[in-house]
Amino acid sequence: MGMETESQFHVLAVDDSLFDRKMIERLLQKSSCQVTTVDSGSKALEFLGLRVDDEDPNVLSTSPHIHQEVEINLIITDYCMPGMTGYDLLKKVKESAAFKSIPVVIMSSENVPARISRCLEEGAEEFFLKPVKLADLTKLKPHMMKTKLKKESEKPAKEEESEVSKPEIEEEEEAVIEILPLHQELESEQLETMVSSSSSNKRKAMEEVISTDRSRPKYNDITTSV
Amino acid sequence: MNTIVVAQLQRQFQDYMVSLYQQGYLDNQFTELRKLQDEGSPDFVAEVVSLFFDDCAKLINDMSISLERPDHVDFKQVDSGVHQLKGSSSSVGARRVKNVCIAFKECCDVQNREGCLRCLQQVDYEYKMLKTKLQDLFNLEQQILQAGGTIPQVDIN
Repeated sequence: MGMETESQFHVLAVDDSLFDRKMIERLLQKSSCQVTTVDSGSKALEFLGLRVDDEDPNVLSTSPHIHQEVEINLIITDYCMPGMTGYDLLKKVKESAAFKSIPVVIMSSENVPARISRCLEEGAEEFFLKPVKLADLTKLKPHMMKTKLKKESEKPAKEEESEVSKPEIEEEEEAVIEILPLHQELESEQLETMVSSSSSNKRKAMEEVISTDRSRPKYNDITTSV
Repeated sequence: MNTIVVAQLQRQFQDYMVSLYQQGYLDNQFTELRKLQDEGSPDFVAEVVSLFFDDCAKLINDMSISLERPDHVDFKQVDSGVHQLKGSSSSVGARRVKNVCIAFKECCDVQNREGCLRCLQQVDYEYKMLKTKLQDLFNLEQQILQAGGTIPQVDIN
């Protein structure tokens, strides 16, 4: 118990309008996504775990209390917001080493080509014109899938400024070493079940052991190499 | 369950819905909104629509204050209000309200106070009209449910 359902995507939605937050939240839920909504860019950064320096808002540092339990697969933000605009938020996310891989989508009620191209150039994956429709959200899945697959393949090779990654690598190497002795134990177990089972499976099990036995060297001949 | 009563109510509901589209009160976005309602969120449309009407009342009130004194109009505030109203009416599918907002924005852009006041009056009228229409629609829905029937899917072409 307590296992996380890794199959569901978690989206962080940013909009200063309560009405729009309610809309995007329902749209995302209906698209089978988990949603967290915040009403400003700075709250979004806080949620991600990026601490904004009070003195100089251009200085971002990674908070020691990163929300590691909450993995965000996508950020969808309104463009026009007081204070930090969606564009500003996009820039900050893409400038941070820890979060630049998170896909960002911008929403706007205004169709301004210059605005759209500027956002896409800065690294936004999509630009949605409001009102956003259910059909628009189907475009999000491929972007979110990319990060999930990327994360899984990148695990041992990750270069991070944070200190978390180092112990992770060591643990994995140890796990690999342990597999080999287990392998030997498994084979003796198979022989035991073959002897004790009284069903018709016995013959099959016997046949299997015999066939593998031919191709495999005997126990005392196995040399474990790391 | 009186199937004849349910069928009559369902027919009424369908006809009323279609008329709202035909008369331009609602557009396709309202259909999109209904798609988001399901067993998990059975009151979604009513909630969103209610939020929208609350927004309308507040924004209209704020804008009327900004437009009150002829020598001291805060067009920036009015523009912001119109922008919000246009956005939410567009998201809800409130077609007539949205169209007034488009005209309203144009008056604001050229700082036409008289024009703005006319648009303000019109937007106030339109949202209140839509509010009563949708209330009638929701009442029909309730009647259908209470009679044991289901809300029909209405096809708007």
